[in-house]
Amino acid sequence: MTTTPTSGSRTARWGAWYVAEHKLRTMRGYIGTTIATGIGTPFLYLFAFGVGLATLITQNVGPTPDITYLQFVAPALLASAAVLVAMEEYTFGILLGLKWNPTYVAMNAAPISPRQIVDGVMIFVLMRMVMTTVIYFLVMLVFGAIDSASGVFTIAAGLLAGFAFAPVAAYSATIEEDRGQFAVLQRTVILPLTLFSGTVFPLTQLPVFLQWIGWLSPLWHASELGRQFSYGPTEPIWLTVIHVVYLVGLGVLGWQLCVRKVARRLNK
Amino acid sequence: MITATALTKKYKDFAAVDGIDFEVAPGESFGLLGPNGAGKSTTMRMVGAVSTRTSGELSILGLDPNEHGPEIRSQLGVVPQTDNLDTELRVRDNLIVYGRYFGLPRSTVTKRADELLEFAQLTEKSKAKVDDLSGGMKRRLTIARALINEPRILLLDEPTTGLDPQARHILWDRLFRLKEQGTTLVLTTHYMDEAEQLCDRLVVVDKGQIMAEGAPSALIREHSSKEVLEVRFGSDRNEGAAAKLDGLGRLEVLPDRILVYSDNGEASLAEVIKRGLEPITSLVRRSSLEDVFLRLTGRSLVE
Repeated sequence: MTTTPTSGSRTARWGAWYVAEHKLRTMRGYIGTTIATGIGTPFLYLFAFGVGLATLITQNVGPTPDITYLQFVAPALLASAAVLVAMEEYTFGILLGLKWNPTYVAMNAAPISPRQIVDGVMIFVLMRMVMTTVIYFLVMLVFGAIDSASGVFTIAAGLLAGFAFAPVAAYSATIEEDRGQFAVLQRTVILPLTLFSGTVFPLTQLPVFLQWIGWLSPLWHASELGRQFSYGPTEPIWLTVIHVVYLVGLGVLGWQLCVRKVARRLNK
Repeated sequence: MITATALTKKYKDFAAVDGIDFEVAPGESFGLLGPNGAGKSTTMRMVGAVSTRTSGELSILGLDPNEHGPEIRSQLGVVPQTDNLDTELRVRDNLIVYGRYFGLPRSTVTKRADELLEFAQLTEKSKAKVDDLSGGMKRRLTIARALINEPRILLLDEPTTGLDPQARHILWDRLFRLKEQGTTLVLTTHYMDEAEQLCDRLVVVDKGQIMAEGAPSALIREHSSKEVLEVRFGSDRNEGAAAKLDGLGRLEVLPDRILVYSDNGEASLAEVIKRGLEPITSLVRRSSLEDVFLRLTGRSLVE
């Protein structure tokens, strides 16, 4: 008996979107918390940094003296928020699907391929980041942290920041046993990156021998990129291009690696 | 529907499935019977087109899973050994989300979800959380989920392992209905009664190889006697007693009992007593697939 391979062609085209749809449906369970933190977090951060800390910091934040600390710090805070969302999905989200609540295994038993699973997760993470960063941006407007129309592109810079952490998803897909790797990752990689990425003070304030941390950090690239849009340009155009290329490159690399790792893991 | 020839799956040097051949015909209910670690689940994953074979040939619905995995999977229903329902979703949503993976429109999926909840006797639980279901209910939900795409073949890996007797019987009843409707079933089990109840034909698997193949009754006829007498003399006295049972028929001395294979169990029991032995307990029963397995491998199915 032969069957022509026609059925499942809709899945071949839309599979990744079905995965994203599934993830969105699970989000409905805790949508209240998501919205509350989505709105609450930017208010707290912008108030603490932009209104509180800013009263102490009145100089040395940017190449031009007319930039306020709030303006300086806001694009970086927005990018950090996107990274936080992405990290949550790239770590716990991935391991949840492969191990703790193995929905990826179930998807793969249906006609969904490992590539579609990972693509679907990427789409879902993008959607989550859009929600977070748009809210962040609106709160930034309320605080007066943005004064040019091109400032809206800080959202895009934020999305790229989160995407650039996709290699973490590939790493998560290789974890067989949870021995607190995510906590270690958080403390030894993410936290130093956050502190030394020119987020809350300019990278140039660091001694030269520490500045490389910033150059490697997607968060620095994304923060600087966002600043070009919100009050820039403050740097040569080639550097802005490097920011974009670096962020996109890391993201694509991690994404493709993740596809390979998930495929290998599901094909037992 | 399924043809496997010299099908092999190796993990480094270990052959989990070591060159097996079998065929499954449309509408047939086919079983793989064997102990844990026999290679049943590995075989099921290969048939489910999610695990690449190391060598041999495999054709499912006329297609090679190496080439056409998604096309094959779109026509299968899979009930894995451990439930992988989405515990973050409610009962009915689990069916809906899964149906979407087959490219079915939302309207079709919601309609089928309600029908399948009815079939799985879970209509009242449709809004419940998955974690609040009993083991048997979760299993029925997994089966309902596997049916959402109206599969041509339903694969069931150890469908009733870990369930209490009542839950097993409900499940068997549901599977029997599917069989009556003409669904092709492929199931693995290490329960001989399950294999006898549900399978038209089965293969006995051990250490990745097929030991025997046939209908349950034919296998019993071929590899065992009509009846079995089970006698117990106490753990440390079984060996000694067995020495005195020479000539009664084939014997299997297990740690807790002796099995005497005979066409007339009662007569054999009379002979045992005539030889001056006094068993603590005795039982005459029909031969089962368990005896077939014991005969073929020298080990029991459930250890």
